[in-house]
Amino acid sequence: MHTFNDPIVMRQVIMDHYEHPRNKFKLNLPGARTIHMDTAGCIDDIDVNIVIERGIIKALSFDGVACTISTASTSIMTELIEGKTLEEATYIVDQYIKMIHAQPYDESVLGEAMVFQNTHKQASRIKCATLGWQGLSQLLKEKK
Amino acid sequence: MTIKDIRRDFPILKKKFKGKTLAYFDNAATSLKPLPVVRAINHYYLDLPVNAGRGEYDLSFALEKEIDQAREKVATFIHATPKEIIFTTGTTMGINMIAQSYAMNVLTKGDEIIITESEHAANVLPWYQVVEKTGAKLIILDLDQEQRLTPTLLKPYLNSKTKIVSFADVSNVLGTKTDVQSIAQMVHEVGGLVIVDGAQSVPHFPTNVSELGIDFLVFSGHKMLGPTGIGVLYGKLALLEKMKPFYTGGGMSLRYNKKQEVKYAPIPQIFEAGTQHWSGIIGLSAAITYLQRVGFDFIHAQETKLRQHALAGLKKIAHVQVYNDKTEAAILAFNIKGVNPQDAATYFNSQGIAVRSGQHCARNLVEYLKTDGTVRWSAYFYNTIEEVDRFLKAAEDGRNFLDAYFQ
Repeated sequence: MHTFNDPIVMRQVIMDHYEHPRNKFKLNLPGARTIHMDTAGCIDDIDVNIVIERGIIKALSFDGVACTISTASTSIMTELIEGKTLEEATYIVDQYIKMIHAQPYDESVLGEAMVFQNTHKQASRIKCATLGWQGLSQLLKEKK
Repeated sequence: MTIKDIRRDFPILKKKFKGKTLAYFDNAATSLKPLPVVRAINHYYLDLPVNAGRGEYDLSFALEKEIDQAREKVATFIHATPKEIIFTTGTTMGINMIAQSYAMNVLTKGDEIIITESEHAANVLPWYQVVEKTGAKLIILDLDQEQRLTPTLLKPYLNSKTKIVSFADVSNVLGTKTDVQSIAQMVHEVGGLVIVDGAQSVPHFPTNVSELGIDFLVFSGHKMLGPTGIGVLYGKLALLEKMKPFYTGGGMSLRYNKKQEVKYAPIPQIFEAGTQHWSGIIGLSAAITYLQRVGFDFIHAQETKLRQHALAGLKKIAHVQVYNDKTEAAILAFNIKGVNPQDAATYFNSQGIAVRSGQHCARNLVEYLKTDGTVRWSAYFYNTIEEVDRFLKAAEDGRNFLDAYFQ
């Protein structure tokens, strides 16, 4: 996990998720819910789709147009969160948002998402790195 | 004035960002402000910090005099009369004011409004509202290879139903300039009105509304060295007389009573309800003085030199695609192939270079450009060839854009 401190590895992880995003499709499943996320200032424009069954995230996907940071962070998020319970998912989202804002966080649950640990140094990219995560956060809250 | 003298008036150009001197190439979004403009704004707050037209004391009269002088200055600058100059908050407010105060009252079902697909949101969305309320029809013209509204493109759409043709003289994405005079003539022949969005042209080219024969012109102070929150709506007097103020209040009403009888102030004050942006007006006046001192000949020559250098340089880079070869303004829209424009702009930022990325508020242009977004480089007369070279070097290295993320 701590290999994610190596800039070369971090770069490779981001580019891999940008060029081959995971779970990038529409969710045509029963019970699927979607939230649209976009920003006024840039071209990021995505849907985050979720299926929650009996307190478990059964499926999580996204689709749309977004920049490298936004695409990679959302792609990593879908892999991290799928299969988790609502509580676990909420905890992971909280830790991620704390990391992005340079607050103390529990890195043991963030896996590849650790590649975004330097985002707070690039103020203009905070929105990109959190677009999908904010969408997920709202979807999780709606369920509660 | 040499470029060195000019640059001394913009202290921000000496400051370091990311350890590098700022190379500011987002002038189409807003220009930098020179010291004389900042001093003029301070002059209001330090010497005249009162309201105009409301007090029987010397300070208030002194302010009123300066505001009158500013209005005259703006009028002379665009070859209009002071009565035809309405102070607004900017181009956006100007177009909304025409839409709400003129179009909403005059247009009916069957009438047609024409704009182009390259218009800025401020010249699109007010018309969406007008057609929704009035039942008039909005025609959005597709551009051709000329990348601008041309008489040929417009001609087939003009007829007796044409009531308004509204377009940017210079496109904020494509940088192309319009033959405003010919278009105005054609539109007038069918009895329509011409509205010109001068946000990108007034700061860079001499503007003569009487020669152009246009009906309305709107522009912003902040793109021409002036303060934010101040702009100008020019309208032919006969048309202003047909307009109803769409927002009302103090300053624009002389008398009213409980029987709801109102006597309004004369034009142009009738369109300026509430306390105005006095420091903004004084700042705008100082900006015009500054531009006149530099001179549009110098401005145009310098911008042409910068544009040609930047365009030639970008074209030499195999992984750069430029979208607006036809540009006549110092505006270039491009992409580094395979790199999302926002990622590219972050990389430029890491090199101390300010550029804009995205759709630049012209979201209807996406299909025409066949790309979701672009990086936009836009220069003003205070930029230098050395800054353009730094920009070109960054464009060359731009494929390593994630470097910016790991600094």
